[in-house]
Amino acid sequence: MKKTTALWLALGLAGYVLLPWYETDAGLLDPAVLAAYIRGEVPSGLAQMLFHGRWWLAAPLIGFAGSLAVLLVVKAQRQAAIGLVTFTAAGLALSAMQGLLIIPSGARLLSFPGTEVGQGSMGIGALLTFCGLLFTLTTGISGLGKGRGDAFVCGLIGAIVASVGVFVFYPVLHVLLRAFELRDKTGYGFGEFLPRLLSADIWGAKCLVFAGPCGSGTNSLILALMTGLGTTVLGLAFALIFTRTNFRAKGLLRVLTIIPIITPPFVIGLALILLFGRSGTVTNLLADVFELERTRWLYGFWGVYLAQVLSFTPIAFLVLIGVVEGVSPSMEEASQTLDADRWQTFRYVSLPLMRPGLANAFLLGFIESLADFGNPLVLGGNFNVLSTEIYFAIVGAVADPARAAILSIALLFLTLGVFLIQRRWVGKKSYTTVTGKADSGRHAALNPGLRAACYALALPWAAFTAVVYSMIAFGSLVKLWGYDHTFTLAHYARAFAIDIGHGLRFTGSAWDSFFTTLGIAAISAPLTALIGLATAYLLVRQRFFGKAAFEFSTMLSFAIPGTVIGVAYVMAFNFPPIELTGTAIILVIVFIFRNMPVGVRGGIAAMSQLDKSLDEASTMLGANSFTTARRVLAPLLGPAILAAVTYSFVRSITSVSAVIFLVSARHNMATSFIVGRVENGDFGVAIAYSAVLILTMLAAILTLQFTIGQRRLRRTNRLEAA
Amino acid sequence: MTNTLPKGSVRFDRVAKRYGNVTALKELSLEIEPGTLVTLLGPSGCGKTTTLRLIAGLESASEGSIFIGGQDVTHLSATYRKVSMVFQSYALFPHMTVLENVAYGLTVKRMRKAEAKQRAEMGLELVGLKGFGNRLPSELSGGQQQRVAVARAIVLEPEVLLLDEPLSNLDAKLRRHVREEIRQIQQRLGLTAVYVTHDQEEAMAVSDRIIVMRNAEIAQEGSPHDLYERPASAFIADFIGDANLVDVEVTAASSSGAEIALCGRKLTLPSAAAPTGPAKLVLRPHQIKLDRMPGQSTFPAEITYAAYLGNQIQYTLQGELGSLFAVAPPIAGAPQVGSSVFVSFEPTEARLVSA
Repeated sequence: MKKTTALWLALGLAGYVLLPWYETDAGLLDPAVLAAYIRGEVPSGLAQMLFHGRWWLAAPLIGFAGSLAVLLVVKAQRQAAIGLVTFTAAGLALSAMQGLLIIPSGARLLSFPGTEVGQGSMGIGALLTFCGLLFTLTTGISGLGKGRGDAFVCGLIGAIVASVGVFVFYPVLHVLLRAFELRDKTGYGFGEFLPRLLSADIWGAKCLVFAGPCGSGTNSLILALMTGLGTTVLGLAFALIFTRTNFRAKGLLRVLTIIPIITPPFVIGLALILLFGRSGTVTNLLADVFELERTRWLYGFWGVYLAQVLSFTPIAFLVLIGVVEGVSPSMEEASQTLDADRWQTFRYVSLPLMRPGLANAFLLGFIESLADFGNPLVLGGNFNVLSTEIYFAIVGAVADPARAAILSIALLFLTLGVFLIQRRWVGKKSYTTVTGKADSGRHAALNPGLRAACYALALPWAAFTAVVYSMIAFGSLVKLWGYDHTFTLAHYARAFAIDIGHGLRFTGSAWDSFFTTLGIAAISAPLTALIGLATAYLLVRQRFFGKAAFEFSTMLSFAIPGTVIGVAYVMAFNFPPIELTGTAIILVIVFIFRNMPVGVRGGIAAMSQLDKSLDEASTMLGANSFTTARRVLAPLLGPAILAAVTYSFVRSITSVSAVIFLVSARHNMATSFIVGRVENGDFGVAIAYSAVLILTMLAAILTLQFTIGQRRLRRTNRLEAA
Repeated sequence: MTNTLPKGSVRFDRVAKRYGNVTALKELSLEIEPGTLVTLLGPSGCGKTTTLRLIAGLESASEGSIFIGGQDVTHLSATYRKVSMVFQSYALFPHMTVLENVAYGLTVKRMRKAEAKQRAEMGLELVGLKGFGNRLPSELSGGQQQRVAVARAIVLEPEVLLLDEPLSNLDAKLRRHVREEIRQIQQRLGLTAVYVTHDQEEAMAVSDRIIVMRNAEIAQEGSPHDLYERPASAFIADFIGDANLVDVEVTAASSSGAEIALCGRKLTLPSAAAPTGPAKLVLRPHQIKLDRMPGQSTFPAEITYAAYLGNQIQYTLQGELGSLFAVAPPIAGAPQVGSSVFVSFEPTEARLVSA
């Protein structure tokens, strides 16, 4: 324990004594910054405290000095651990407090004498100091534990709790705080909060009686209910066809499951505009043949609804394949041997067994619809939903952060509510009967009536999906959709032109954002996989005090819509103590914490399949948990790691809701670039860019499938008898 | 590494284990002598696996102290205990070769690669798998995997070797062979071994001593012979070898045996001891004799079921003594279902347990 502690203390002290405490304009390796650093113009925390009148930066010193004294003086292990924990916890708490309370213009909530100098955002020195103190603390805690105390596990828990705390809960708390701000900006109070949260502006329901527009909250709810229902019914039809019939083109149905992963969320909306917009193909056709009036019906509830059902049916399908396959064939065979016919078997045995899965699929569609930002942005028109209202409250003509905060909280309540229902009610009532035992037998075929109904529902929809997607290909290749259908590559040229006349130069307008997107996605993907899998490892493999709370808080962060996260980041990270807006770092961070669920879910699934006795065997053979994770778990989780990396890469590319708040002129992302094109009516480039993105991601996914396919082949025969 | 292995004793001093409100182990005290193979035997949920995992350090005790080789290891984590374990599922690392598996424990202790390899090869030789080092575990049969698991555990020269139902994944024929091998290796190296099983025949076959557990505590411990011949309770009598338990009344007890009343008849059991009052008579199936004619101290019964097993016939009888289970050699003219027989037993063989 002592060696580890000394190491972390040394790291923290180095940060505190040597490196600049405050954020510098550019990285430390930037020549200008480096020169200033050498001249002593960007002092360390210790120097700031001693020579620049910032006495409050003595806070970390309490932790360091106390811990060093404990290390040198106290011999008994338990006493030393108690001492370390006390001093580092005090140091951390005080350091965090000074950061929150003392900001540039003096104190915010409380004021102290001598703090008029103020301070800027924390920088690299502060980061290292905090890390050093944090991990000294966790090492100390591991020393407290009886027998099973494990510095690696404690450190991992500390790292994840701290990062989720700082990058999920801290920003969300900021939103909460802003929501309590009084209208005249004089302070905070409860008086205005409830009336504003429950105002008719948000929850008005006039549209239900055709007496005017509804509030955005009501709109979101109605839309989510309808989308949830629609996607569940369609998803079930597809799943039944896929698992219970001998439909020939099942391979094509499989394609349906990959589509939503690689489709940026507004692309469906774009394609629908090409079909049903004022000058869309179908609109033109109907106008020419039946002389129907060209209307803007697509821009409103029905357009968004259509786009969402198209976007999220594949997700319901994916969930329901598992559910339908999870119904044990032997149950259905039992029912049939008891003389039930196929319809009765489906009605009284299979369907009730699927009920929790169906509820789950519904809630998923519901949440996705609530959180969806791209489609309402592109197709919403005057139909306001919470996510777009939040966006306009921040970037609109009249920026109103307090209103954005209130709307965010309304949206958060809805998604968290559904999330809690899902966990409490559906999560515990899973009847799926996958036991790991070979369950032979065949699923009962559908009865003819039901099969016909499924076909009638699903096949036209599949065809429609195909048409919508082909729009993306065609739309990017004509001059001006609906008016001038001559073939052209001009859109691609404008976006992705390369000049090789004077050396290689990327002159297209899209290259900047394209490279930024790929770069940031490539940096954040492995980090996401790492933190996701580490979380999964703790959840599946370790027992520790407060695990239930840990699990709940990591899961909770899954339920926060991207728009809310975006707003929260803007509100929290625009000022000291942590000022990140406008940097590329904030984009990386937002991707890590938005996509963490992918890594966690993948990791949990993969790790649950590895017998726990493998870990125990490694422990019994004298390996500590870090060695076990490195030499036993990591190699066996290879495919899961690869999958987590790829999916978080792809999700970073398609993400729009949170990103759109955080991009800057220097760091623009593909999706926000495209949304900008759409807002300018520049559909050609937008669609061409979308097509390029889809192809990029398809390449990533196929590479993954190929690599994993290869690995799995090798591993199954290894694992078979083991 | 033949005769130089350290031999550790294991001692539990009032060790208890609770999970929330569930008691997995009530205050348990036990002592395992160095160099012996002791089996923890009992029905599922009796606490035997918990006991093993407490020795291993995979669980921590809620109360009490655990000593291995005289050292208090109660708060020592599994990584640092000189104990190895053979898992029920073998837990061979599927991504490593057999040799890498066996050398794993040595390499994580930072032993030089060449030396670790050499030691691992010796370990493989010991279990008769020389030359299999470069294979993957999945390329071995179940019995071979089992032996790799044993080799992996013993190359670390543990003070105590733990075996968690090591035979349960093998088919019945292989089991007897492998358990003989395990016993031979244990005896040859003089290892202290703790063996968990729910199969009483397996326990009898391999153990120096058996600790029978029930409801999170020790029911009885002793050598296989002791447990079979002198069961302390009806549970033990029934669990170690089959037994018919017949209600009797002990009318007189002395150092030279017990006098019982059985269905109105008086019998003297010279080698049974019990206080006067109600008791249970232990009759092993093979101790029950079946005759066609009544004799002295015979009890009438009718055969309700007979199963021919080749080497013996198993009978279920219904009669004066209640329902009985008996076996008889499959000789010509053995009694058939429905026939009336007279049951008797040798009083010197019969035992009594408390009711």
